[in-house]
Amino acid sequence: MSTEGTRQLCTFALGDMLFGVDVTNVQEVIRYQEMTGVPLAPAIIRGLINLRGQIVTAIEMRARLSLPEREGALPMNVVVRTADGVVSLLVDEIGDVLEVEERVFERPPETMSGTFREVVSGVYKLDRQLLLLLDVEKITAVPAAVRKEAA
Amino acid sequence: MSGDDELIKEFLLESWEGLNQLDRDFVALEKAPRDRERLGAIFRCVHTIKGTSGFLALSKLEAVAHAGESLLSRLRDGDLVLDGEMTSALLAMVDAIRTMLTQVEADGSDGKEAFGEIVASLQALASGAARAAAKPAPAPAVKAASAPAPAPAVKAASAPPKEAKSALPPKVEAAAAPVVVPLPPPTPAAVPAAPVAPASIFVPKPSPGDDHHGHSMPAGPAVAEGGEAAGARGPSVSDTTIRVDVGLLDRVMNLVGELVLARNQIIQFGTTVKDAAFANASQRLNLLTTELQEGVMKTRMQPIGNVWNKFPRVVRDLSHSCGKKVNLELDGTETELDRTIIEAIKDPLTHIVRNSVDHGIETPDARKQSGKSAHGSLLMRAFHEGGQVIIEIVDDGRGIQVDKVVKKAVERGVLTADRASRLSPRDAFGLIFAPGFSTAEKVTNVSGRGVGMDVVKTNIEKIGGTVDISSRPKHGTTLKIKIPLTLAIIPALIVTSNKDRYAIPQVNLLELVRLEGEQARRGLENLHGTTVYRLRGNLLPLVFLNRALELKSQTVSDVINIVVLQADDRQFGLVVDGISDTEEIVVKPLGKELKGITTFAGATIMGDGRVALILDVLGIAQRSGVVSVGRERAMVDKTTERKDKAEEKEALLLFRVGKTGRMALPLSMVARLEEISRDDVERAAGRDVVQYRDAILPLVDLGRALGAEPTNSGGGPMQVIVYSENGRSVGFVVDQILDAVEEIISIRHKGGRDGVLGSAVVQGKVTDLLDVHGVIRRSDPSFFQRGEAA
Repeated sequence: MSTEGTRQLCTFALGDMLFGVDVTNVQEVIRYQEMTGVPLAPAIIRGLINLRGQIVTAIEMRARLSLPEREGALPMNVVVRTADGVVSLLVDEIGDVLEVEERVFERPPETMSGTFREVVSGVYKLDRQLLLLLDVEKITAVPAAVRKEAA
Repeated sequence: MSGDDELIKEFLLESWEGLNQLDRDFVALEKAPRDRERLGAIFRCVHTIKGTSGFLALSKLEAVAHAGESLLSRLRDGDLVLDGEMTSALLAMVDAIRTMLTQVEADGSDGKEAFGEIVASLQALASGAARAAAKPAPAPAVKAASAPAPAPAVKAASAPPKEAKSALPPKVEAAAAPVVVPLPPPTPAAVPAAPVAPASIFVPKPSPGDDHHGHSMPAGPAVAEGGEAAGARGPSVSDTTIRVDVGLLDRVMNLVGELVLARNQIIQFGTTVKDAAFANASQRLNLLTTELQEGVMKTRMQPIGNVWNKFPRVVRDLSHSCGKKVNLELDGTETELDRTIIEAIKDPLTHIVRNSVDHGIETPDARKQSGKSAHGSLLMRAFHEGGQVIIEIVDDGRGIQVDKVVKKAVERGVLTADRASRLSPRDAFGLIFAPGFSTAEKVTNVSGRGVGMDVVKTNIEKIGGTVDISSRPKHGTTLKIKIPLTLAIIPALIVTSNKDRYAIPQVNLLELVRLEGEQARRGLENLHGTTVYRLRGNLLPLVFLNRALELKSQTVSDVINIVVLQADDRQFGLVVDGISDTEEIVVKPLGKELKGITTFAGATIMGDGRVALILDVLGIAQRSGVVSVGRERAMVDKTTERKDKAEEKEALLLFRVGKTGRMALPLSMVARLEEISRDDVERAAGRDVVQYRDAILPLVDLGRALGAEPTNSGGGPMQVIVYSENGRSVGFVVDQILDAVEEIISIRHKGGRDGVLGSAVVQGKVTDLLDVHGVIRRSDPSFFQRGEAA
């Protein structure tokens, strides 16, 4: 696995931003799957996919982060394990698995917008780009505000 | 196979497993002798063995287990602290039980040896320490017991299971209840274990006729005895079945599901290819897949009758020994349940049945005196309802005397006298489930040790179910167990709405109505905002699925499909775009993110591999406001129920003020609900008051306080919600108490009128939230000042 002081992240892109989740949280990465929409569900829940007999909730990461809707290409699924079960994150593109050094890690700036601060637990300052580390547990904890709209 | 053999077989399987666990538990206990949880687990295991052996008339076995249980009971209650001596005595008991079980497996009896020394030492330890706390008086007895006579048998018996472990599948880790499936005869792999037998020195050379030490134990021991002995007796119980991790079966089932989908695709492909050989092959694949699917399904699903089969015998023996007459009636034995669930409810059900016969049903004489027939009746009923499996155990016995329960609870320190006085009957029934609680006056062989109901509750809750108890003194007790059918297979009707498919559980389905042409145009009528249809003269309220799910329906058709459904005690029609077929579906749970949506009971995977949602008929009805009236009526008796564990949900008390004003306040603010006669109202300091619990309770008429008409003064007692703060109380007079609900509330609309915090949608209806403090402040500005000063 990772050597001391480094960490392996599975990365993916949303718009021009790069995100990462710890590889140990990732079960698999699969191409776009047909989905069944869930009426009345919070907007971030795009639908349900059949993952080899298991029903997995797909969360639209663009909606979760209050980004504009995706245009054109179909999203990819990053299937992650959380304490409450398996969920799929819908993202624009899959990146590489990167080994990042902890010394370039920094807590998210205070000025970061609300939805980002909920789920981004830190920033890795890579040479060319910033890599935002996502906390998978926070992603699935659908905020009460979103939930209410569905009720 | 006769019922008795079946019983014994199950008893053996269960006991072997329990005993192996006990060995580990005892060793761990020696390091942490005060581990109450572990002690509890050991106690329950021994309790079960004792109970079952009692039914099977294995009296010697029962006596040994009973002695051990008595000691364990004192350890569990903290009266004694486990020391090495006790551990040895208890381990000797475990070994003695093993020896006897071996005997039971061999010839159905528990042997000739009574293990009197062990019983005596256990009894001495249990009682001796009570008299002289730390004095090791009974020590010699123990030494005598554990050293000379039974030792060889004991050691010999304890060795084999260790080998057996290696021969058996990985059941040790299988926390999820394993499943029993047939196993081919023992594999040669078990044989090499024999020579390694570490206890070989102690193994008495068993002569063929020696019944005392007939070690026909699972796999390993049989081998130790020599192949011919095992061959002569035929395979023992553990040879014909293996326990398989349910997780493994889950994975197999998912794979089969995938295989079905692949098969479907191939068959579809086959229609485009004109090739006889390919058609043959795909035809064969088709048949095999179907069979495989059925087979795998079967490994998991079992009718509840499998568990119930043993109850007639249990009830018969038990009623016999209690001198009672009980008729047992089983209803719905064919109700299928997932094997995990069956395993999990087996013990709880046994406990409940034993309790009913032992405590619930009276002796024939007592029954006659209270005007009942001499025969008590015990009804066990299982059925599917609202996406759950419901099991009811109904007896017509003496019922539960609430005051007795509360008194006992206070005595046992389960709750304080102060709390006890404020307990609702429903909460009082709940006390029965508290650990260490029993109302039985004396400890009997059957029950009364305070173990049982808490086990029942723990086990049921472990599988996500609930237990509910209701009772009427002198009329009997009903226990209602609700179990989610997480993996149950149910028949369902597939409908489409907005091009998506939805499954409706068949249990809710009454009939289908299709309106065409003229009928469709004129059949639906509007009744003050509600669409209704005249179904054989009765008005059937209609719910449009598209609207209920907030879908945009593009389909405009001249055909109207109405699915007539039953929710609670109400019927309604669900209008859908199209009706497909009925199918057997496998219910799968939704992720936690979607649990808040009450309109869906789960999801399932359709033949083409896509996911379809299962509609929760009750949820839809509530959302559309169809059943709220019926539900309110049905749930009024639940108003005092208090649930503290809801996380994000808030428990609300719903009530009505005026003709239509639906209001709510947090249940946590409600001290009590009272009915007060209008004649008791007096005037003091210009206000309405009543004498209430040796104090003066000021009344606030909510109708008047909120600027509406005063609450209905025409006859009948007043409905009063009592609110207390800082030792002062005030009573709100309302028109009707409607319901207690738990819902996620969001205030949609803030402010508005005085005395109202805002409005929210509760049970699908707009409800005003009462501003308790505001209302009190206006009617009695000094309420809070005085409270603070005090």
